[in-house]
Amino acid sequence: MYETQYHRAASVEEAARLMAEAEDGKFLAGGMTLIPTMKQRLASPSDLIDLRKIEALKGITVEGRTVRIGAVTTHYDVSTNEELAKICPAITSLAGHIGDPQVRNMGTIGGSIANNDPAADYPSALVALDATVITSQRSLPASDFFVGLFETALEPNEIIVAVEFVAPDKAAYKKFPNPASLYAMAGVFVAKSGDNIRVAVTGAGEGGVFRLKDAETALAGNFSPSALDSIAVEPDALLSDMHASADYRANLVKVMAKRAVAEIANRPM
Amino acid sequence: MGVEGIGARVLRKEDKRFITGKGRYTDDMSVPGMKHAAFVRSPHAHARITGIDVETAKKMPGVIGVLTGAELKADGIGNLICGWMIHSKDGTPMKMGAWSPLATDTVRYVGDAVVIVVADTKGQARDAAEAVDISYEELPVVVKTAEALNEGAPQLHPEAPGNLIFDWDIGDEKATNGAFAGAAHVTKMDIVNGRLVPNAIEPRATLGVYDAGEDHYTCWTTSQNPHVARLVLSAFYNVAPENKLRVIAPDVGGGFGSKIFIYPEELICLWASKKTGVPVKWVADRTESFLADAHGRDHITHAELAFDKDNRILGLKVQTIANLGAYMSLFSSSVPTYLYATLLSGQYDIPAIHANVKAVYTNTAPVDAYRGAGRPEASYVLERIMETAARELKVSPAELRRKNFIRVFPHQTPVIMNYDAGDFDATLDAALKAADYAGFEKRRGEAAKRGKLRGIGLSCYIEACGIAPSAAVGSLGAGVGLWESAEVRVNAIGTIEILTGSHSHGQGHETTFAQLATERFGVPIDSISIVHGDTDKVQMGMGTYGSRSGAVGMSAVIKALDKVEAKAKKIAAHLLEADEADIEIKDGDVRVAGTDKSLPWFQVALAAYTAHNLPSGMEPGLKEGAFYDPSNFTFPGGCHICEVEVDPETGVTEIIQFVAADDFGKVINPMIVEGQVHGGLAQGIGQALLEGTHYDDTGQLLTASFMDYTMPRAQNLPSFDVMTTETPCPSNPLGIKGCGEAGAIGSPPAVINAITDAIRNNNLTMPATPQTVWNAIQAAK
Repeated sequence: MYETQYHRAASVEEAARLMAEAEDGKFLAGGMTLIPTMKQRLASPSDLIDLRKIEALKGITVEGRTVRIGAVTTHYDVSTNEELAKICPAITSLAGHIGDPQVRNMGTIGGSIANNDPAADYPSALVALDATVITSQRSLPASDFFVGLFETALEPNEIIVAVEFVAPDKAAYKKFPNPASLYAMAGVFVAKSGDNIRVAVTGAGEGGVFRLKDAETALAGNFSPSALDSIAVEPDALLSDMHASADYRANLVKVMAKRAVAEIANRPM
Repeated sequence: MGVEGIGARVLRKEDKRFITGKGRYTDDMSVPGMKHAAFVRSPHAHARITGIDVETAKKMPGVIGVLTGAELKADGIGNLICGWMIHSKDGTPMKMGAWSPLATDTVRYVGDAVVIVVADTKGQARDAAEAVDISYEELPVVVKTAEALNEGAPQLHPEAPGNLIFDWDIGDEKATNGAFAGAAHVTKMDIVNGRLVPNAIEPRATLGVYDAGEDHYTCWTTSQNPHVARLVLSAFYNVAPENKLRVIAPDVGGGFGSKIFIYPEELICLWASKKTGVPVKWVADRTESFLADAHGRDHITHAELAFDKDNRILGLKVQTIANLGAYMSLFSSSVPTYLYATLLSGQYDIPAIHANVKAVYTNTAPVDAYRGAGRPEASYVLERIMETAARELKVSPAELRRKNFIRVFPHQTPVIMNYDAGDFDATLDAALKAADYAGFEKRRGEAAKRGKLRGIGLSCYIEACGIAPSAAVGSLGAGVGLWESAEVRVNAIGTIEILTGSHSHGQGHETTFAQLATERFGVPIDSISIVHGDTDKVQMGMGTYGSRSGAVGMSAVIKALDKVEAKAKKIAAHLLEADEADIEIKDGDVRVAGTDKSLPWFQVALAAYTAHNLPSGMEPGLKEGAFYDPSNFTFPGGCHICEVEVDPETGVTEIIQFVAADDFGKVINPMIVEGQVHGGLAQGIGQALLEGTHYDDTGQLLTASFMDYTMPRAQNLPSFDVMTTETPCPSNPLGIKGCGEAGAIGSPPAVINAITDAIRNNNLTMPATPQTVWNAIQAAK
């Protein structure tokens, strides 16, 4: 690791100021990607601005079916929140299966979505839940927030404050892990609110998270796994690497989607 | 057997320090003035070095020295060697290309060391390493095993035209062709045994210390065989004569073969310590381990197996290309030859065998012994083709094997080995029963109702441990003898130190070796210490690999114990005024049999050292040494049965049951043996399902971290069902055969046989990842 200057910000404003002053600064939340990258000398920020102690970024609130998750909330805290589990168990379960216990106790939702790793779990949930990303400067829908591989709509000094969404009637997330890294090689989040169905895919798309609109249409008419038999997942826009070809990923997307639908269909909530 | 003697499940004495974080590994060593090294490694798989500029790096903060291969050569440090001479079938010696510890004119794989930087801190050494400016002229690259011999393939070494290191034969080609001429059925297969990265939990590390006052070197290193390291560093690399070089391998966190070899780094750090005047420590990071540890396996093979009309095997033909990487590592040549093709008879009575092995250079990391070393490759070829033959012949895979078992011992195979003992029916029967093989089809039907493809696969393996005798391996080209040494020191109050040339890096020698003395004298196991891994303490030894420590290392201990016992009895007979033949040593007492006359053990020991009342002419002291050179290999064997369920939608394989019935001869500590089998199975299953090494066409290692290289995790493994049968090895005093590698040797074919049975497609290459299996299922549709 190269030498770097560490700052602990007490407020969003202070963090933004420190970033503006830094030569080549990076915001630090859980550091689950940034720190290993720095250890490999692949990143060399002049300054690290730690957001984890900022009160305004902490905590989960549930009011009715409206959920707000502060940006520095750890995956562990999401996975074990009982109020959240009551109205949206798909998101608590998703958080409970990110990485390993060490990652879940350090990694945060804000850090995950800011990094926008194409194989991360949260982006698919946020897009399928039609969540809103609240930043230090604005609010924007998740589908506009995620731009491409490791790319978001965030401006240089913009800080994610929280994520908000209305819990759907039912939802489920199924992922097929990369055998080595255990990141999603195909992860499908299905959310159903009345007739409104949203299906979002992570781990597979060449441009990161995407909605599987054919599946949404098919499920709107017939919410059952068999409704997906006829849809075609095109391999053309999917990632292809030594672990999974685009054809294999296309198959996994469909299988995971069907399993998510089956889980929803088979449980009361 | 006592509670701590032979056959007892004694808890591992060494585990207290390991599980409380008190182990002492090479990286824990610190000496005054110690500095840190970083290596500049080649980013190219094949390139000519056109310039090395170290001036900027030398001026960086904290830098003490920046040293190149030219300086190393100027100081007379020799090239790295391969210590086993193989001759091609035309009689010519193997073509060994020069391997300079620091490359001077050409780099041949990504990770090839070029420059060493020594600095005050590890970070400063790395900063300066990045500032070393090396100019390269890139050269064409050959990576794939199958392409190395192609006409026009890029050449690695001028010494080895066509990248061919040797073209070696074993067995009788004419007789084998004759056997095939009369065959009623021939099964043919192409078989790939992929490349593996060893990944010991402790990366390689070394600390080189030069003492100018004494003109003496000390080398702490992560070695499985510190004495061999000293021998090679002294005799071949000209670092220092043996009396001026101490090698210490303290606690070592796993080796699996990868820490047998003498690598560039320990030799360079010793030299750099003298050159810079400071002790130099280097610890590999995980990326360096992936790039520059010797890899394992990497064979491609064509095999043919001929049967008569009664399904008896007539002959076996095998042609293998073995990829040895960019340079010949220390024992690389022996692995695909005498450790591989000599095992191709397996458990079967095969009248004629012929094997040809071509070893090749490629622009990849060197390949050498890795858990099983040649024997897993042999077992994979033979057990895959046996299962395939049974399917083609439409007979039970178990019964086809049984029909061809060797039952009369000793048995001379057509490929050198002379099997001394075994009972292959016993291990097959034990495994079939434990696996409920007969009930499998019912389970397959039940799984089908759940949408799962269920399959079962067998493997009846044999292996050879305790490679020996020294004279025989010498005649086959080995540069060293393969005996072992031991010394038993009884202290004045009866506590015991056992010095051994074996080295423990996970095997539990501190427990099992002590059990031998407990068994012999009935003294508590806590009064016995095992000393190993230091050339200043143990005079000479050959180290631990090839499952040799039990069969060879313990046999040396037994010989030394015999001598100590004989002397103790003489002393006791004198003190008790009895006949020496009537003395027995039991439960910590030395008695006159059939009387109430006895002495506690410690008094006999004390008498040896006070020397007040010894038999006339006897020297004081109670300490004896022994060297043991076996008269033959040992031949563990067994039957592994794997049962899997495959999810046809995703290609995921779940191992439902894994049964291992092994004949290890005499077992000293069943708990430790089970642990060795569990570990071996985890590695074998890792190879079968998960571990794949990928270089791209330019020679970049794509799987250079755990993000891309899949190590087996607990969730990938079932709860193993392991058991042992026992036919004692007749050639060593304890009847031990060896258990360290069996799991990794027997399991891969069992797993692949099971998956191919499940998916009804025999064309499947390891690792059988979900994608690979899914593709095979699609291809079979």
